[in-house]
Amino acid sequence: MKFSYFPGCTLKNKAKDLDIYARKCAEVLGVTLEEIENWQCCGGVFTTAKDEVATKLSSVRILKDAQKNNLDLVTVCSACHNVVKQTNYAMQNDAEFASKVNRYMAEDEYNGETKIYHYLELIRDVIGYDKVKECVVNPLAGKKIAAYYGCLLLRPNSVMRMDDPENPTIIEDLIKALGATPVVYSYRNECCGGYVRMESPELAVKKSNTVIESAKKAGAEVIVTACPLCKYNLEKSGCDIPVVYLTELLAEALGVKEDTNE
Amino acid sequence: MSNSKKYLREEIIRISGVNPKKCMRCGKCSATCPAYDEMEYHPHQFVYMVENGNIEPLLESESLYRCLTCFACVERCPRSVEPAKLVEAVRLAAVRKQGNNRMTANDVPELIDDETPQQLIVSAFRKYTK
Repeated sequence: MKFSYFPGCTLKNKAKDLDIYARKCAEVLGVTLEEIENWQCCGGVFTTAKDEVATKLSSVRILKDAQKNNLDLVTVCSACHNVVKQTNYAMQNDAEFASKVNRYMAEDEYNGETKIYHYLELIRDVIGYDKVKECVVNPLAGKKIAAYYGCLLLRPNSVMRMDDPENPTIIEDLIKALGATPVVYSYRNECCGGYVRMESPELAVKKSNTVIESAKKAGAEVIVTACPLCKYNLEKSGCDIPVVYLTELLAEALGVKEDTNE
Repeated sequence: MSNSKKYLREEIIRISGVNPKKCMRCGKCSATCPAYDEMEYHPHQFVYMVENGNIEPLLESESLYRCLTCFACVERCPRSVEPAKLVEAVRLAAVRKQGNNRMTANDVPELIDDETPQQLIVSAFRKYTK
């Protein structure tokens, strides 16, 4: 099985483990991720304003390239996924916006035809947890892992449609498939403080600490995320348990983890 | 309401796609907002202040830069008013004004460290700069 793949800017730089292990694990699970050529940054956050057009063009071009390749699109980064999926939804449902965007497009019109999977959805809906279990060579038995969804994967649910936005299980189900024990805690779908970190670090620290304390109180030994900014915010807030990307965890269980420190 | 106030109100409503009249004043948006304590005007106040055309205080308020766009208020609003979209529209009305950028490229070096993900820089720029 082959999919178009959009890694995004952070995965080529500060979050290389999220990208490298996503590809490696996909290969083990029988999926090839073919990177979109000449992609541009999605912008990190989706601007909900209807009259913002230029800021959304890079996402439309990514979606359009996947369509041209005749492949569904896979994303890993929570932020990229949120931005690209919300942009696609706007292309499907906001005719005025789609018409403005299409005036920028050199070739055929695009109207939201591409199907997008987050890596977690690829595993759940295409690969299946049974296949993952079959491929596990190093079960993470006994490890208590807290899934940190944050805000971008789940909301707004009317667009994201990944899982129940208030009681998700998609990461916990993967943790179980890897042989570990998921830890459920109340702040797993609350915000880490996001980009406010840039000018109000103290607010981000406060928000992140609430998440960390909640996870630790529930017995977590590790926190797993799909978002580079969540990882950064938690770590910068003095988190004293490891925060890892979900692809690192997967790579460890599938036996393809290596030391990638440069 | 003066014509300019009326125009600004219509503009905010048009850009956001939000209909503030749907609000039934339950306060759930503010109750669930993770930035509530940091805000001078809270999500529910954005809704009725836009509805009443009382937008100037919002344009000047630091609250615009405290919203995390986490969509908690959007998700949990029982009337689908989606307050975060109003906050975003008012913020854009503020930063789109000449000379009103909240952040410039020159500010960035002092705000980052060796681990700062690119995602943080581009996201902040999307929010604070036009």
